Amino acid sequence: MKLTIERAELLRSLNHVQSVVERRNTIPILSNVLIEASGSTLRLTATDMDIAIVESVAASIGTEGATTAPAHTLYDIVRKLPDGAQVELGKEEDRLELRSGRSRFTLQTLPTEDFPVMTGGDMPHTFNLSADILRGIVDRTRFAISTEETRYYLNGIYVHAADGIMRAVATDGHRLARVETPLPEGAEGMPGVIMPRKTVSELRKLIDESEGDVEIALSDTKVRYAFDKVELTSKLIDGTFPDYERVIPSGNTKMMQVDCKAFSNAVDRVSTIATEKMRAVKMAIAPGTMTLSASSQDSGSAVEEIEIGYDDDAIEIGFNSRYLLDISGQIESGQARFEMADASSPTIVRDVEDDSALYVLMPMRV
Amino acid sequence: MPDGAENQADIPRPDPDCLCRDCLHVWTAPAAPQNEGEASESDRRGTVLLCPACRSRRTMRHPELHRLSIAHIDCDAFYASVEKRDNPEIRDKPVIVGGGRRGVVSAACYVARMYGVRSAMPMFKALQACPDAVVIRPNMEKYAGVGREIRQMMRDATPLVQPLSIDEAFLDLTGTESLHGGSPARTLAGLVLRIERDAGVTASIGLSYNKFLAKVSSDLDKPRGFAVIGEAEAVDFLTEKPVKMIWGVGKALERKLHQDGLSTIGQLREMPLKNMIQRYGSMGERLYHFSRGIDDRKVDPTSETKSISNETTFAEDLSDFHELAHILWPLCESVARRLKKHEYSAGSVQLKLRTADFKILTRSRKLSTPTQLAEILFRQGLELLEKEADGRRYRLLGIGGADLGPPEDADVPDLADPDRDKAAKLERVMDEIREKLGSDAVIKGRSL
Repeated sequence: MKLTIERAELLRSLNHVQSVVERRNTIPILSNVLIEASGSTLRLTATDMDIAIVESVAASIGTEGATTAPAHTLYDIVRKLPDGAQVELGKEEDRLELRSGRSRFTLQTLPTEDFPVMTGGDMPHTFNLSADILRGIVDRTRFAISTEETRYYLNGIYVHAADGIMRAVATDGHRLARVETPLPEGAEGMPGVIMPRKTVSELRKLIDESEGDVEIALSDTKVRYAFDKVELTSKLIDGTFPDYERVIPSGNTKMMQVDCKAFSNAVDRVSTIATEKMRAVKMAIAPGTMTLSASSQDSGSAVEEIEIGYDDDAIEIGFNSRYLLDISGQIESGQARFEMADASSPTIVRDVEDDSALYVLMPMRV
Repeated sequence: MPDGAENQADIPRPDPDCLCRDCLHVWTAPAAPQNEGEASESDRRGTVLLCPACRSRRTMRHPELHRLSIAHIDCDAFYASVEKRDNPEIRDKPVIVGGGRRGVVSAACYVARMYGVRSAMPMFKALQACPDAVVIRPNMEKYAGVGREIRQMMRDATPLVQPLSIDEAFLDLTGTESLHGGSPARTLAGLVLRIERDAGVTASIGLSYNKFLAKVSSDLDKPRGFAVIGEAEAVDFLTEKPVKMIWGVGKALERKLHQDGLSTIGQLREMPLKNMIQRYGSMGERLYHFSRGIDDRKVDPTSETKSISNETTFAEDLSDFHELAHILWPLCESVARRLKKHEYSAGSVQLKLRTADFKILTRSRKLSTPTQLAEILFRQGLELLEKEADGRRYRLLGIGGADLGPPEDADVPDLADPDRDKAAKLERVMDEIREKLGSDAVIKGRSL
């Protein structure tokens, strides 16, 4: 194997694949990236056995061939090379040689036969989503993904089809995010699937660097996202997502509208005082004004008043300030509507101008 | 001997340094003979300081006696003492309180201890050591009742009572002199007399200037003891004592300290603070200060309970998951009952198992939402149990709730568990029915 490629191209591709590779690996081959040169294409593959990324990039191939080399090391080397440099990769027996300008590196390799191939298998459901829509789904749900290991089925975004719409839901028990989008053609009859957190975060990075459509293929156990030059294949979480519809309240009548920017700035300021552990802020809501407050035994107290649209009975309700900030950060129109029942029941938060996203928040005792 | 001070009214009157533990008389003993190097009067073998008021021999003398105010009170062989109180026939017999043939010793009276019986010893070993012992099944409700009475008496002495268990507590009596018309030492002596009279069990007092030394000293003179460690003597007292005397030094840390050549508390003092922290973390800092007799922890009446648990030893070893699960449920019910009664929520669940060869396994799990419910404890406990029910044989199973918090935090609706709310409501209804009609009025099918 012998090839030459521009540093920037190689770096971009390596950046995608290396982030799948775990920093600590008990299986040595999983630390490596599979490098395959054929025709005029260099293919880079990395996997952690749950996720695999394959990226193709144009290169001038001298001799075809393949090898595997440590992904992070290779990435670090290329990252440190000067802008505009040409990189030459060559396989010399069981070593990979990298030359660029006056630099020369030799890296240990492992046989390509040992590299685990993650096949997608048969994927009966295929549909396209635009990168923008996919980004919107991910951004407005991923913050609510749980990190609780015991409820592993909450460690991802649940996506399913219902009556001509596609729904994405994430919850950690304290808050829930639900985003809807028209069901894309070909997604009818798709199974409900849970996309693991790591897959979501790798996907998110790839979306940022692409435009146009993403082709999504699904089976009961795996998903594949195909971009122009990159393919991300991942196992799905094997579990049952809770029947979340039952926890979304329907009879909340106290409606409060607030400007997100003013609100999140005030929450951010007031929560400086809230205890590290609870992060609770109290919202005292009365017609026309909301008084945000926080107090902690260690540091003191904080109060701030903001204007709101509200003309119901006064209510006091507490929330985790981080959850409030997460949600208000996703409301694009800048105006949020809180739909409340009382201080201990789930509260709904929506974007006043966008029905596609709905957030549910459990109040805290304050 | 008595009233030496009154005869010398013209010279400055020394602070009183004596106390009678029977009539609570306080006086100043005459100065010891001025022979250099000779032990003080009360230390001298055979010399007993008699109370000038009631002639009792149960007297105390210590230069700091009436200035110290942090105490640790520990009841003597508590469960066994309660049983002896209730059955005078066994008063002079060796008594062991513990579970069945296969359980362990919960408490052994001082007669039984003379045969070598110790708490936490397997019952069969205890009975080998002391075959004539009267074995009594523990009646926890009774002990808890007596424990509560005693705690109330302690709270009459000071609001700063920090219970460590059912039968022992720290008391901070600082500033109670004018309230009780006497020094903390005198109040404490009165308190244990009252415990003996009203609760019918004896207790030992450790009095010092911090919690660490108070706890150490309550052990020095058991049973029915009163021991004092003053500020002036603390460092010398500790020098030759083993490191395990320090609170928090268990078997593992003791082994590590020994490996590092540290076996006495005095040796700990030779290590710089920085090294201690590097080697032993936050415990190193504690060792550094404790070895110098320094302990800044306050007596905290709120840090009462850390966990609530229940466990049982089986009649024969079990390995079957379903059999273990069947035993788990009533334990969960009892833990939940106590969480509700004492107004706590549990933020984590702990499962405890003891294997047939006496190894203890504990598994714990943090809950996403704190609970008070038997149903939740059971579900979580079951998942933990499932992993351990791999064919190993167990002799004991226990479950507990830890990370205790206020009851208001318990079982708030969980957006990811819509059934939980239903389970919570169901259990609360069952609790109400039991409240009215008795604990067997309604039970879950799984307890059959």
